[in-house]
Amino acid sequence: MKPITWAAVLGLAVVLVFLLSILVGEADLTPGQVFAALLGEGDINDRRIVVGLRAPRAVMAILVGGGLSLSGAVFQALLRNPLAEPYILGISGGAATGAVLALTLGLAASLSWALPAAAFAGALVAIFLVLRVAATADDRVDVRVLLLAGVVVGAFFTACMAFVLSISDARTVRSAVLWMMGSLVGSDWRTVWMVTLYSIPAVIALVGLARPLNLLAIGEETAGYLGADVERVKRMAYVLASLLTAAGVAATGVIGFVGLIVPHSIRLLVGADYRVLLPLAFLAGAVFLMLADIAARTVLPPTEVPIGVITAFVGVPLFLLLLRRSVGAGAGTGVGA
Amino acid sequence: MATESTEPAETRNDASAALWATELRVHYPNAPAPALDSVSMTVPRGSFYAVLGPNGSGKSTLLRALLGMVPHQAGQTQVFGRPMSDWNRRALAQEAGVVTQSESVAFPITVRELVAMGRYPYLGALQSETPTDKEAISEAMQMCDVDNLAQRYLSTLSGGEVQRTRVARALAQEPNVLLLDEPTASLDVRHEMEILELLRASAAAGMTVFLITHHLDLAARFADRLLLLDRGRVAAEGEPEEVLREETLKRVYEWPISVSNDPATGVPRVTPLSRH
Repeated sequence: MKPITWAAVLGLAVVLVFLLSILVGEADLTPGQVFAALLGEGDINDRRIVVGLRAPRAVMAILVGGGLSLSGAVFQALLRNPLAEPYILGISGGAATGAVLALTLGLAASLSWALPAAAFAGALVAIFLVLRVAATADDRVDVRVLLLAGVVVGAFFTACMAFVLSISDARTVRSAVLWMMGSLVGSDWRTVWMVTLYSIPAVIALVGLARPLNLLAIGEETAGYLGADVERVKRMAYVLASLLTAAGVAATGVIGFVGLIVPHSIRLLVGADYRVLLPLAFLAGAVFLMLADIAARTVLPPTEVPIGVITAFVGVPLFLLLLRRSVGAGAGTGVGA
Repeated sequence: MATESTEPAETRNDASAALWATELRVHYPNAPAPALDSVSMTVPRGSFYAVLGPNGSGKSTLLRALLGMVPHQAGQTQVFGRPMSDWNRRALAQEAGVVTQSESVAFPITVRELVAMGRYPYLGALQSETPTDKEAISEAMQMCDVDNLAQRYLSTLSGGEVQRTRVARALAQEPNVLLLDEPTASLDVRHEMEILELLRASAAAGMTVFLITHHLDLAARFADRLLLLDRGRVAAEGEPEEVLREETLKRVYEWPISVSNDPATGVPRVTPLSRH
């Protein structure tokens, strides 16, 4: 299929899965009641459930799933590694430390926005630290150092978080663990708007970087000779993809594997041209996370399974399959004299 | 790029030069000795210029320094009469195409996609290829004989096919100077000669060719001028007969070498002897 056909298919899938997502839930509403509520008619409680709970939750899945998938694709180009993912550079560790602090200090209980704000702040600290460490004396960013710095900063924050948890009470620990497994529970329109405000400009700017990102995939020196301002592109791509990830983590916790398997699968379908790959990865990530959320709500009613568990259950086998496949194909990456 | 104005009177820039350097010095951080020291050279427009020298003599560094990819500590460089501070990467990529020693692609990519990257400096962020771009791409692929491989993935190609694809990408930039770092190092006789003849034809059509190679005989046959580097310094520069002298080569390569005149080609033939 041509890329434009894939775009149409995935676009349609976003709409259909969105509708499915607001049709399914604990409250037994008929499709008629749901559509009436969407149009602002029908019972006030139905409207509260559909418009106030289910719709913002589905929109949040679109934003976060699409954002994680897109930033995963960007990190894969930046680090020249098809198996990189958005949390690889320590963002999840920073965010988790912020979130755990907010929970332990009791801020999260009194202020609804304290937890996402603290998680976002933690992510920003991690991003800043990693970038500072990876910047060399002549103000270049070495992506190998970036990777190591990310892993080490992440490990440091994980230790911070473990320390804070070790002196917290059991209830806080449980909340923190649940948060770290990711959840779309509690997504309301206000958080949706905040995430939109952060994500959409980053998404647009990153899609605008598609062409230089294509060049980065064949190496920095060659990219420079082909006319790309390599240092600027690396820096912009890193900061924007990190902000996008941070916004998602702050709103919904750590949801793994979306940023790894979705862009990887899309690359198998349409190739590695980022002008095509980035928009399609966003759409596919949105569909994937909405489906995962539907599963999280329906597999074990009335309990909600953490969405990070669902994405891992789907993601790990799929990842292993892709890994075997790429090993079988020799990965096809080493060329040149 | 911090350059000091230390231009000696005897080395004024020749306005017709494609590439020009004077008293160029590049010292990598933590390296015991400079990679390039007092290197002055002029590559005339439309010439076929070959750079020779033992491993580690600074050939690749010279290429990088000429195009501002590594900073230099002293001396000056110019591309088509303009110093590096006058160029941005995009404008430079429209004038100078480069085939580096090797590259590795992170993701599977087709021959057509790789060659199309040569059009990067001509296109806007989201602009798609214009008919001019498409023509430049297909022409470059035809010249390098890779048009029949267009949809093949790079990982499925032979070493020679990969190199021809990379040369095609540089030609798709429609450059006025083409710089190549040992493009034929891993190629068999036929593929090597094909690339060299393509370069000679390009030079005849007005393009400047800057070729780094270890093949002294072939350099003598194809190039108008040679530059021989020895531990970062110029050992000899000039026409093949001036540069490929027994005494010079013995000293630079630290090996017994005999130079004779090859009746088949009419240029110097370099034969390494055995040590004893």
